[in-house]
Amino acid sequence: MSLAHDARVTVRPTAAVQRPKLRGWPEIDNPAIWIVAAILLIMPLIANGFFLIEIFATTMILGIMALSLMFLAGYGGMVSLMQLTIAGFSAYMVAVFGVSGNANISLGWPWWLAVPMALALATIFGTLGGALAVRTEGIYTIMITLAIGAAFYYFTNQNWAIFNGHTGINTVATPHFWGVNWRADIPFYYIVLAVAALCYLAVDYISRAPFGLALQGVRDNPRRMAALGFNVNAHRVAAYAFASFVAALAGVLQVWNYRQISPGSVSVGACIDILIIAVVGGITRPIGPFIGALIFVLLRTFALDFLVKLGLDGNRFRLLIGLGFLAIVFWSSDGVIGLWQSWRHRQRSAAARSSGRHSQGSGHG
Amino acid sequence: MTRFVERHPAWALIIIIVIAVALWLIFAVWPQGLEDAIGRKRVFLNAVFNGITLGGLYFLVASGFTLIFGLMRNVNLAHGSLYLFGGYVGYAISASTGSWILSFIVAFILTALVGVLLQLVVFRRMEGQDLRQTMVTIGLSIVFADLMLWACGGDFYQIQTPNWLIGPVELPLVTAVKSSGEPVYLRYPLVRLVIFTASIVIGVAMWLALNRTRIGMIIRAGVDDRDILAATGVRIQLVFVVVFALGAGLAGIAGVVGGTFQSLSPGEDIRFLLASLVVVIVGGMGSIPGAALGALIIGLAEQLGSVYIPTYAIVVTFLIMVLVLAVRPQGLLARR
Repeated sequence: MSLAHDARVTVRPTAAVQRPKLRGWPEIDNPAIWIVAAILLIMPLIANGFFLIEIFATTMILGIMALSLMFLAGYGGMVSLMQLTIAGFSAYMVAVFGVSGNANISLGWPWWLAVPMALALATIFGTLGGALAVRTEGIYTIMITLAIGAAFYYFTNQNWAIFNGHTGINTVATPHFWGVNWRADIPFYYIVLAVAALCYLAVDYISRAPFGLALQGVRDNPRRMAALGFNVNAHRVAAYAFASFVAALAGVLQVWNYRQISPGSVSVGACIDILIIAVVGGITRPIGPFIGALIFVLLRTFALDFLVKLGLDGNRFRLLIGLGFLAIVFWSSDGVIGLWQSWRHRQRSAAARSSGRHSQGSGHG
Repeated sequence: MTRFVERHPAWALIIIIVIAVALWLIFAVWPQGLEDAIGRKRVFLNAVFNGITLGGLYFLVASGFTLIFGLMRNVNLAHGSLYLFGGYVGYAISASTGSWILSFIVAFILTALVGVLLQLVVFRRMEGQDLRQTMVTIGLSIVFADLMLWACGGDFYQIQTPNWLIGPVELPLVTAVKSSGEPVYLRYPLVRLVIFTASIVIGVAMWLALNRTRIGMIIRAGVDDRDILAATGVRIQLVFVVVFALGAGLAGIAGVVGGTFQSLSPGEDIRFLLASLVVVIVGGMGSIPGAALGALIIGLAEQLGSVYIPTYAIVVTFLIMVLVLAVRPQGLLARR
């Protein structure tokens, strides 16, 4: 409460000049966004069940997880590798509190009780992890969150009372109400789309809200922000809390998607995949993670066929991902978005130069 | 030492009591009541020794990691891959020539070469960009892991222990007293003791090299302030290459050690990366004594945990990390 108050009071005068620009939704002017939104809305008419779920819904679920990382890394400067762990924790909680095939573990609550419980617990879990991680800075954060993620993975492997060891929890029930099976392809696609859109807009909004601006200030110069009277650590922990909630939402969707959850889904490799998705897409804008997720899912799904067609070993999918990731990190500081922007910039400056020369020439003539 | 006692008398007292209890547990013959409560002394002693030797292995991995971080601020998340690479190289050498010692030498040289290549080709181009370097090491670890899976497959490998090291030795530690009054001594695999001794020797050698030689002085100066060191005319790039080679080579040696008394398989790279992360977080980044202390604590916690609270062994390790972060975020023995 006091945190939000602080932020509002201090940010207002400085941001007053730019406020119309900051408060607006620049996306509304951009026709490309409307086209993409329209295509996503009528997707069930175009695509069959496989593309709908395996490609687009999976992309958006991974995109939401990566979005939570993008929020922390892009606006808060904290690269957290435990976002997948939080999502996995929330998925486990849905399975534990809800209905599943493992009757001795699941408590059998209805979904409308189990899901809020899972979201709340996962958010608390992520916030506690964040409170631990903000005690350190920069690259230390990566290490600590990676250690938390790995510890959770090994813990789920060893614990049989709650997490059912390495077999995990299977046949998790999915919601069924108003006469609709919400796990059927088309309804589920729309649920995922709605959650993804909400998360995207929420992150987009917060990045312009006083809290988001203060967070970006903390990212750029924590000392100065502290001197201005902001509670730096409180902002960071609050950012972790928000990101944890977003990741927890993705976790609920994920467990409904696969109907099962096991330690394999929260492994260290999977945690790193989320980082790869966010970095490949670009961590300066909320759209980046979704682009990265689409690339990742397309590669994961089709790399095997593609590699075999080229006469290579189809099992080298991870090699391809790793090399692609290395290439992106080497040549672009801001992922695919950065590449696109620098390409646009070059086009524009080339056009400006040619038109400038043209006008100069005509002026002389 | 005396300053620590003066400044934290309560902590010093607690530490002394813990050490005294540990020594008593190790050397005394346990009374019947204690054996009833927490089991046989042989089990306890075995767990302690396993923990200490595992700590030796962790120290080998983590010391290279902490050395590289301390000097270059480079969190080398591909360190686990170097460990596994060294292990595979060691396996190949020992399987083809039958020489255990040779496998150490070759593994050290080859992983050190990989380290030199990494430093020259990759990290030198992005000096000072901590986050980007870390991302690159993540990408490299994925690529390395897949290349090694390609080359070696998903099988388990174990490096053959040389004949002269096979078999247990009897240690002068009484585990129990027979009804006839004859003491029973602890028997422990010789190879583990040798490896542990070797890791102590390496640790002491590193400490001496860092504290008593000129290059060590330069490295310590670089840890403290890299820019000023470069300004004094030291060829800092050369120092970086040497340190990276040494750190990577240590990971390679650790790979051979791990391949001898555990096994090598895909996934071990991440396990040891995690272990070295936790060890250096607990011990303090960039500090060699810190790595030793952290490795000892984590090794003991893991082994004692897996004997006495098997389900939660990992959680104990993790709790230690949380506790250290809460009390001393910079690590137990870090200066800053």
